[in-house]
Amino acid sequence: MAQTLDTTAPQPSNDLTALQTRGGRFREVMAELFHSPAFVVGFVVFVFWVVDAIFWQSIAPQSPQAIHPFLTLKPPSTSHWFGTDWLGRDVFARVLGGSTSILEIAPLATLLGILGGTAVGLVTGFYGGAVDTLTMRLVDAFLAFPLIIIAVLVLSLLGSSEITVIVLIGVIFTPVVSRTVRSVVLVERDKEYVAAARLRGENGPYIMVFEILPNITSAIIVEATVRVGYAIFTAATLSFLSLGIQPPSPDWGLTIAEGRTYLSFAPWVVIFPALALATLVVSINLIVESVQRVVNS
Amino acid sequence: MTIPEVTPNEVLTIESLSVGYRSKMHLLPVLRDVSFSIRQGEAYGLVGESGCGKSTVAMAIMSYLASNAVIESGSISVLGQDVVTATPHQLREWRGTRMAMVYQDPGSSLNPAMRVGRQVAEVYHYHGQASWSEAMDRTREMFEKVRFSDPGRILERYPHELSGGQQQRVMIAMALAANPALLVLDEPTTGLDATVEADILDLVAQLRSDLGTATLFISHNLGIVARLCERVGVLYAGRLVEEGPTTEVLRRPDHPYTIGLLNSVPKWGSTKRASRLVPIPGDLPPLGQPMPGCAFASRCEIVRPECETSPPPLAPNRAGTAKSACLQRDNLEELRSRLTSAVSTPVVINRRSGPPEPVIVVDHLVKRFRGDQGEMTVLSDVSLTVNAGEILGLVGESGSGKTTLARTIAGLYRPDGGTIESRGEGQSADAKAHYLQMVFQNPDTALNPSQSVSRILGRAVKRLGPKLSTHERAQRVVELAKSVKLQGYHLQLRPRALSGGLKQRVAIGRAFAGDPAVVVLDEPASALDVSVQATILNLLVSLQDDRDLAYLFISHDLAVVNYLSDRIAVMYLGEIIEVGPAESVIAPPHHPYTEVLLSANSAVNSEGGERIRLTGQMPSLAQPPTGCRFHTRCPRVLGDQCRDVVPPVQVAGDGHMLRCHIPLEELRIQQSRPVPPTV
Repeated sequence: MAQTLDTTAPQPSNDLTALQTRGGRFREVMAELFHSPAFVVGFVVFVFWVVDAIFWQSIAPQSPQAIHPFLTLKPPSTSHWFGTDWLGRDVFARVLGGSTSILEIAPLATLLGILGGTAVGLVTGFYGGAVDTLTMRLVDAFLAFPLIIIAVLVLSLLGSSEITVIVLIGVIFTPVVSRTVRSVVLVERDKEYVAAARLRGENGPYIMVFEILPNITSAIIVEATVRVGYAIFTAATLSFLSLGIQPPSPDWGLTIAEGRTYLSFAPWVVIFPALALATLVVSINLIVESVQRVVNS
Repeated sequence: MTIPEVTPNEVLTIESLSVGYRSKMHLLPVLRDVSFSIRQGEAYGLVGESGCGKSTVAMAIMSYLASNAVIESGSISVLGQDVVTATPHQLREWRGTRMAMVYQDPGSSLNPAMRVGRQVAEVYHYHGQASWSEAMDRTREMFEKVRFSDPGRILERYPHELSGGQQQRVMIAMALAANPALLVLDEPTTGLDATVEADILDLVAQLRSDLGTATLFISHNLGIVARLCERVGVLYAGRLVEEGPTTEVLRRPDHPYTIGLLNSVPKWGSTKRASRLVPIPGDLPPLGQPMPGCAFASRCEIVRPECETSPPPLAPNRAGTAKSACLQRDNLEELRSRLTSAVSTPVVINRRSGPPEPVIVVDHLVKRFRGDQGEMTVLSDVSLTVNAGEILGLVGESGSGKTTLARTIAGLYRPDGGTIESRGEGQSADAKAHYLQMVFQNPDTALNPSQSVSRILGRAVKRLGPKLSTHERAQRVVELAKSVKLQGYHLQLRPRALSGGLKQRVAIGRAFAGDPAVVVLDEPASALDVSVQATILNLLVSLQDDRDLAYLFISHDLAVVNYLSDRIAVMYLGEIIEVGPAESVIAPPHHPYTEVLLSANSAVNSEGGERIRLTGQMPSLAQPPTGCRFHTRCPRVLGDQCRDVVPPVQVAGDGHMLRCHIPLEELRIQQSRPVPPTV
């Protein structure tokens, strides 16, 4: 509407929504998100897995580690909904129990990557100059390596645990996030409110944290949602390569890797954890797309 | 629907047009019952502030309204045929041949990936069925008509290789290519420099007398409309409030809004010591607000109860030549006399006595930037003094280095040579912050969008003001807001909930939070509507007068600079070419460049008459001209001397200096007589 009106001078704000406070803006965004079917579907599936990751022990019909030597590789039935694996463990229980590890790793790794990337992006973007040039060339060089090779090297050197996987993914994400953050900082840095802050004699850290950071949060939130999806993917890949979570964890990536020998005659061992992984990734992608659309509109 | 009666030579007839925009559940009215017509060969000016619906009129004529726009009633006929009910096929045929439009921003209206010659030739090819080679030939002819000195070369250029003025000439050529009966110009010169604007307006006037095209000229600038149009319509909140011959409407307006508009712009020659600007009180009513009576009632000083209830008809005045929509026409005399006395009350009474006391001394300042074309010296050897208690106006075209100078003085850029001395200089960043503050051009980016007004002002008070307790500081913020005429509830709002004028007041409040000695103002009012501009300028002048500050005031608007300034400095291509007391810079003898700027200004020259024009484009800063930097465009250039020798500084009076080879006496004689027509 605004573009068809006169655009010669700034429009007086006639929009009632403009009068709302920051909390109002958040509510507005949430309301718009919940009007989108894609977001609602993604959100419901995602919440299901989060609830499962926390309470699976009370939901699962039996322990995912319980071995039944006489019930190996049974197809799905009423007593074992998803069948059993090569040790006679209940696949349904293992699928339910497998979401915990990945839902610990992915958000924590993302958080680490976002914190690191935001710090690096703010500093390089704000100060510019030699530090910026050097850092960004290092980032380019780092991103030129196939990340999985770096992961394999590091994990085989340091040994694999949940913590190392989280730190590793976080570190890998840092340069990627820093690039995104830097690009938005560059736009904000040249705005006149930053010049006004300098003229007040504010120091660099104050300007970065209190002036610029609040104005780039939407870009950071979008980047974070994108990164969570990638983190799940990377963590599952590492498990699949048996570099991540170690047996006998019911982790999905690990289960798929272990079970692939039986794929031809007992596909349920692999198909159900794979489906679970797929629904989680798809649900996050649905959320990401909706958030991006709403935040950028 | 009634079929409008069409007088044979009426090109455009708009009959009681009402347009609204659908927004969620509501239909917000934008235009209400607008009627006017344009005859063949006539230029009609449509004026009003932003948000009044001017562009909606243009878009409705072209049938380019946004998809959520609804034409509720009325008709628009071009050459007797209704555009509103026309089929898409008819419209495609008519656009270009019957009506054509030139937009505000030529840069985004041209296809960046296509040579401009071909873009214009397309019109001949598709509309005129000409072969491509024939179309190119006719494009070349049209480029000659829009006065390109080298049309053959321009044909081959891409839009980004042309200056803003050249791009707009291409747009005009394109609009005129299919010989339309009606040409719609929507703020065609708003983004351009005054000198380029003057050139484009000359061109439009020339083409109009050559081709006899009916023209609808939309502008917020009354001076331009006065110069170009025979008739004018004044639009307010989507209603036509006054209409008639330009000379009559602008000399003797018959509607409180028009009267208010004319009083809020500085008249040429008026100064703060002799007069004040009188803004229109209040704001434009928000879109969609029900207005049963007169739309202007809420801001009108002579409003009566009946104005609020019944809409005033557009009725002819006593002479019968112009029409206005006002129920209180008999009381307008009262308003006029009230405003006349308000206008003639000077804003500034104090005058400093004693010797000037410099607060900023800029000495041989040099600033370079590295760009695509290599290193550019944006400021070369600039020397300037700002004295306590004075307003120093800085003028020049865009690209002359005004903003760079301001930012370097403020300390946002580090100088590459020379010195800037001030009482705050050489000390800590904090001391400098207390000494010098700045107000920026664009209030939208000058305020942090994530902070509330009270936080913005509070932080400035904390950093720049005296040491205070939290409670005292809150008190101080309220006082500060009051001093820049903000209401209490504004403090809780974020910038995006404020209008442009309110945002600029917050920015001014922030700069005045402490007790600065110097304030640098970089075009503080040029992004605002004229009535808002008047409020801001008044505020700035009264703050300066109360606190006895020094201003460095940058503007491209000479009438505003002349109104405000005690002294004026003129910049061209990174050099100060003239500086002196305002009254002596404005009067001859002055630098030929100052003369050109004055001549281009619509406020100075609304009456028409001979004008002196700039030739060519501003040279690149990467390769500045030798000798006098202005010699490549100077209308009074002497010859080799100007090309080869750096001009001497001539003293033309008390504190009035200019850099020119022409002897002062010669300049005085030449500039006092009518200018010979330039080629």
